[in-house]
Amino acid sequence: MPSVAPFDIDDYCVAAAFLGDTPVFAAAGGLVHRLDGTGKASEAHDGLLCASLDADNARLICSGEDGRVTAIAADGTVEELASIGRKWIAQVAAGPRGAIGFAVGRTAYVRLPDGTLKEIAEERTVEGIAFAPKGLRVALARYNAVALHFAAAGGKPVELEWKGAHTGVTFSPDGRFVVSAMQENALHGWKLDAKGSDNRHMRMTGYPAKVKSLSWSAKGKWLASSGAPAAVVWPFSGKDGPMGKAPLELGTRGDAQVVAVACHPAEDVVAIGYSDGMVLAARLADKKEVLLRRPGKGPITSLAWSADGKRLAYGSEAGDCGVVDIAG
Amino acid sequence: MNDLVAEAGVKTLPVTVLTGYLGSGKTTLLNRILSENHGKRYAVIVNEFGEVGIDNDLIVESDEEIYEMNNGCVCCTVRGDLVRVVEGLMRRPGRFDAIVVETTGLADPAPVAQTFFMDDDVRAKTHLDAVVALVDAKHLPLRLKDSREAEDQIAFADVVVLNKTDLVTPEELADVEAAVRAINPSARIHRTERAGVPLEEVLDRGAFDLSRALENDPHFLDAEDPDHVCGPDCDHDHHHDHGHDHAHGDAHHHHGAVSPIHDATVTSISLRGGTMDPKRFFPWIQKVTQTDGPNILRLKGIIAFADDDDRYVVQGIHMLIEGDHQRKWKEDEKRESRIVFIGRELDREKLERSFMACQAQA
Repeated sequence: MPSVAPFDIDDYCVAAAFLGDTPVFAAAGGLVHRLDGTGKASEAHDGLLCASLDADNARLICSGEDGRVTAIAADGTVEELASIGRKWIAQVAAGPRGAIGFAVGRTAYVRLPDGTLKEIAEERTVEGIAFAPKGLRVALARYNAVALHFAAAGGKPVELEWKGAHTGVTFSPDGRFVVSAMQENALHGWKLDAKGSDNRHMRMTGYPAKVKSLSWSAKGKWLASSGAPAAVVWPFSGKDGPMGKAPLELGTRGDAQVVAVACHPAEDVVAIGYSDGMVLAARLADKKEVLLRRPGKGPITSLAWSADGKRLAYGSEAGDCGVVDIAG
Repeated sequence: MNDLVAEAGVKTLPVTVLTGYLGSGKTTLLNRILSENHGKRYAVIVNEFGEVGIDNDLIVESDEEIYEMNNGCVCCTVRGDLVRVVEGLMRRPGRFDAIVVETTGLADPAPVAQTFFMDDDVRAKTHLDAVVALVDAKHLPLRLKDSREAEDQIAFADVVVLNKTDLVTPEELADVEAAVRAINPSARIHRTERAGVPLEEVLDRGAFDLSRALENDPHFLDAEDPDHVCGPDCDHDHHHDHGHDHAHGDAHHHHGAVSPIHDATVTSISLRGGTMDPKRFFPWIQKVTQTDGPNILRLKGIIAFADDDDRYVVQGIHMLIEGDHQRKWKEDEKRESRIVFIGRELDREKLERSFMACQAQA
């Protein structure tokens, strides 16, 4: 039986993550709490808006209402990576080799591994930012397109056009697909290696709510998503991705929405967080479900597996966070 | 077409939208909201910090980002930046009691207002309280001539603050006020100097709250004179200044006519009928908002249904409409249906005829 170690941070949890073995919980007020026995917290921001795990370097990259970007280490050390004045930095992403991307209004910034800050101007507000798995290539989600830029080299971006507001973006782990979340309750995907434009687009629709959470399975064969009463998991193993295929629906409930998903680091299993605070794990192969946490005080905001896949950290809007030990 | 359903039970924070041209006094009013001792804390979303002279953590800068929804309807637009900022603010809700959104001088108020109805996340945590338009009494005639936005802002407003009244003569003021009335007969008008309107007259109005909206408005589409569109006499109890009677007399020159300083592209159509048959009324209002939605800026109505003891209130923005039972008709109230459309290129004859056809057979 899984066992739960609850941890109340008394604030909206923006992100849960593991820094090495240490579970951390980034709170909207600006503290990053560590569940390491000391119960200590780092003061990262005056208002924390976004956080992204830099797994290679075991640090959590955070951005805030104070116009700063910081890196929080497992021991709680806070390092300031950038400060651009009094603006909300609502988007931040950790990239390969210590690169960081963040966005303010219509400007995206990429801090290269050597510390150089590159500025990229977009015609509309950058609503999402993601790094390709290799090569310092960033995807910027904005109105009517996702733009792909080579951050270090500069040059003309590749514009993946699709009408509507793109509010989030992710690369598949093999770099072959880019998928955006849209304002109108849909995902849109592009197959980057498609020949010609006909089979390039992938429309994934039918969600009753906006998709706020996306997670690729271990080998990138599946993309799990929130935004429905079930976790909607699209197959990406074929050469054309999910085109013409139906998604799996896991953990379907009649009385709550799926608001967060996180795929297991090794197995084809997805952790599913609900609007009432419940957390399940479901196996893709046979849809078998295991209850990990009973409903709590608020909707789940974030789910994160430890690297070995034995523990799952969860955060909630009400601050009743915790860690589930799968083996018990 | 989106039907708006009032959500009960969850306490949401009120949002006031402040519109008005550059120089109309928006910044003065914002500074008052931020600095006066009214016992409430406001988060303020502005376009540029520069103008607001007060340092406050709860002032957020945001670029206006208009997003058209992918549903084929050109008037279904939202402010994408507001979705993000409101979501961020609401993660730390204990810091403030309400939100004020300042729009740029040239802004179309519709996307801002629609954001609070069309985005589920925003709707779950906040509600639109009122659209307040600041109007520069001196320069309005010019604005109305050279821009559609000035008209839109007035047409959209629940509250119009007619500012800088000290810079015009009583006659000019009466004309300006008549022009505002001609565009929007149902807004409350406040005359002020230096944006000195009492804050309780612009904040926490509940103008979009179906249970309150028309209740504040005892003279809404005045039952005795439904076509009355002329000036401060159809204004309400808040109009205390001594110019009242004088302005009243003046304004009557424009009774039933277009104001001389208003090159009308926006018109309002006020209709009054008897008790309605819900089987006819609902399909009618759906059809009207679907076909004329792009031209309808606002609509508001109080409907009396046959065999129903409750008042039914309805309101809309472009193609969005919402309606609900409000309260029981009072003994001394005349059971009749009143509705006002504010918009462009509206066919009065057709609207009136089709509205009347919704009446229950006696």
